[in-house]
Amino acid sequence: MTENDSLRAAVAAGVLASEQANRDLLQATVEVARGIFSARAASVFLYDERTDELVFEAVAGEGSQTLLGQRIPSSTGIAGWVLVTRQPIVLEDVSADPRWGGHEIAAKTGYVPRGLMAVPLIHEEEPVGVLNVLDRPQETRFSLEEMELLGLFADQAAIALDLLRKGRRAKAVLEDSGADIGVLARVASSLDALEGPERQAGIQLLGALEKLFTQTR
Amino acid sequence: MSDPAHERLLPAWSLPAGTVESLGLPTDWPGRVTREWAWGDSTGTGVRVCILDSGVDADHPMVGEIEGAVAVEVGEGEEVNVVEDSEGDLAGHGTACAGIVRSIAPDCSLFSVRVLGAGFTGSGTALLGGLRWAVDQGFDVINMSLSTTKSRFAGVLHEVADAAYFRRTVLVASAHNMPVESYPWRFSSVISVGSHEEPDPLTYYYNPNPPVEFFARGVDVEVAWLSGARARSTGNSFATPHISGICALVLGKHPELTPFQLKSTLYLTASNVEGEDD
Repeated sequence: MTENDSLRAAVAAGVLASEQANRDLLQATVEVARGIFSARAASVFLYDERTDELVFEAVAGEGSQTLLGQRIPSSTGIAGWVLVTRQPIVLEDVSADPRWGGHEIAAKTGYVPRGLMAVPLIHEEEPVGVLNVLDRPQETRFSLEEMELLGLFADQAAIALDLLRKGRRAKAVLEDSGADIGVLARVASSLDALEGPERQAGIQLLGALEKLFTQTR
Repeated sequence: MSDPAHERLLPAWSLPAGTVESLGLPTDWPGRVTREWAWGDSTGTGVRVCILDSGVDADHPMVGEIEGAVAVEVGEGEEVNVVEDSEGDLAGHGTACAGIVRSIAPDCSLFSVRVLGAGFTGSGTALLGGLRWAVDQGFDVINMSLSTTKSRFAGVLHEVADAAYFRRTVLVASAHNMPVESYPWRFSSVISVGSHEEPDPLTYYYNPNPPVEFFARGVDVEVAWLSGARARSTGNSFATPHISGICALVLGKHPELTPFQLKSTLYLTASNVEGEDD
């Protein structure tokens, strides 16, 4: 294995490990959301900028086996409305009709929810996805306190989703920029081989370069 | 001083000596503004309400006839086209809002401007383009159960909101109930609405701690949904059309009111200011 490969492998290992951790965090968020609201299912859509679609990124309960990775258009249906308007919405006791808006779930699973809560996941200025909680117990009346609770979950899910997106971007950069990383790997390797004053001088030189790049950015 | 030529020459922002009479107000304000004065017997006749949303399903029995429907399309160069809309409602929400306005002001005219469906990428441009178009049409009330978090749209949205305010179009906008900066509900030229939990559609409160100015019914509201369906719904986006409907009632009886006067009337007739009906 060359030095270049070693460095790339090390960074990749970090990125890959963080992807799994971020996925786990997101999954834990939907599991807890489902538990707190005694719901039949909970899920998170990630907004995919590249294709302008919403993708099921984490699912707890009903549909967890079939929905992951499924895609829907970004501005239709309830999830699309929530993403575009940034407004949370709670809908319950919808009369049975496959067109009502639960269709983004129904079309993929055959399971038609009677109601859902959906909240936008906003990180910094941007909506990064939508959190759904499906079919709470029918007898409970929804309150504004629960809406705030849902908002707190949304904050957490938004951070998890943002970490996942950033990790994936880092991975893509890593895969696309072998040559650039290679130069860095060789410099790091040469520096590591130096000792004493030469090593100190090398570190100072790199410090000056870093300063230069920061100033010219 | 009422000579039209003279009026044109005068700058609009001064009131020279002897011209006070030109400010005659068409409405006789009572000593105490009550709900009876504000909208007693009004059904919203003659008032045009625009639903800026996901489209409206005009076949729904809770909505009834609508005056028209357009969709806002965004081209590749971000150019905005407003075309006749035959898609109906792409989410259900616009139909719900239209039904709520209709339930309060049964004889108002409803118009749908669909800003959803152009993909998320073009959604900020569609929202802005749709709002601009609606303001140009001179609707009396524009119901906006939506907002944007993109600060690059804030300045221009602010200008459009002010333009509406000065030409007597009232923007009624949903407040955010999450701690994020979003627009246009935060602008003082619009009427911003949050939710309370009470079941009466005509109970609304003035909030002395802005930016949210009014609270209206927004929890467990029975609404129209797609394909003739009904649902129980919760969210500020359902509180907003309650206030839009009440604005339509007031303007039905007092069409000359400016947005400032209308907002003052809402304040004076709020449930925590006036109390219940006399």
